[in-house]
Amino acid sequence: MSLPEDVRRLPGLVTEANEPVFAEPWQAQAFAMTVKLHEQGLFTWVEWAAALSEEIAAAGPDDAAENYYLRWLAALENITQQKGALSKTERLERKDAWDRAAKATPHGSPIELGAETRT
Amino acid sequence: MAHDHNHDHHHHEGEHSELSETALRVKALESLLVEKGYVDPAALDELIETYETRVGPRNGAQVVAKAWSDAGFMEKLRTDATNAIADMGFIGRQGEHMVAAINTEDTHNMVVCTLCSCYPWPVLGLPPVWYKAPPYRSRAVSDPRGVLAEFGVQLPENVGVKVWDSTAEVRYLVVPQRPEGTEGWSEDRLATLVTRNSMIGTGLALTPDEVTS
Repeated sequence: MSLPEDVRRLPGLVTEANEPVFAEPWQAQAFAMTVKLHEQGLFTWVEWAAALSEEIAAAGPDDAAENYYLRWLAALENITQQKGALSKTERLERKDAWDRAAKATPHGSPIELGAETRT
Repeated sequence: MAHDHNHDHHHHEGEHSELSETALRVKALESLLVEKGYVDPAALDELIETYETRVGPRNGAQVVAKAWSDAGFMEKLRTDATNAIADMGFIGRQGEHMVAAINTEDTHNMVVCTLCSCYPWPVLGLPPVWYKAPPYRSRAVSDPRGVLAEFGVQLPENVGVKVWDSTAEVRYLVVPQRPEGTEGWSEDRLATLVTRNSMIGTGLALTPDEVTS
């Protein structure tokens, strides 16, 4: 235990003690939605772990550590679809709607759905 | 970070906003799930706040410090970690079935989740990046001593390393060995020696010298 902190390395990985819990807000949202959907009984945690493992395995052993929550998000999209909470079509349409709304919103204002139809 | 719509969009041609592809996917999911009554935005914020500020390795450190101080509690942790930990108030997702992997003179325990990132949230918070990454997930099993060396841990030859692979159902908390020179210390003071990594098994508890210097 006498080596300085920064000598400890797994290739390409930071082993700092105090990294932030979430690197970006969307990661926190994806995480929280998953926990709440499980609490609601939409899926068991075993099913969730299987869905996440599948995405992680598909990404392969060279996947960057920063991509972890992207795998999480893909697993969440898949499992909500498989469990019938929402369809892929619904999801993609809603994503486009947010994109249009964002682009119609002046920078600095909250983005709201339907913003593009207002004058 | 709070659920703040202004933080995840950035400047676009001076006038309008643009959300990243990923942020759009998340907003699509969230807004649909809210409309359908699956999630409540306020509850999401509260959960995020909890994991960012209240659930973390300090919880686990209290468990370990209590085990070091109280032989009866150590025994309960050994035989029924789930309830021993729940009795301290650390209850929640991914802590439903806990097993304490207790280090001894001749065995060092180390925890991994080879398939994804299962981790005992109620006692350690959310896992660090390296725990979720492929190099650790694969090498913890194939070369635990090599991994330990990269974390700065050199174990004596006669100490065996036991690697525990977490699952969606069983989570492990490593109980490191109590450092020498801590006789008579209070639980609170002992807890300052217990690092997150020592409870995953990629570290040892700090020595009194390491915290005072």
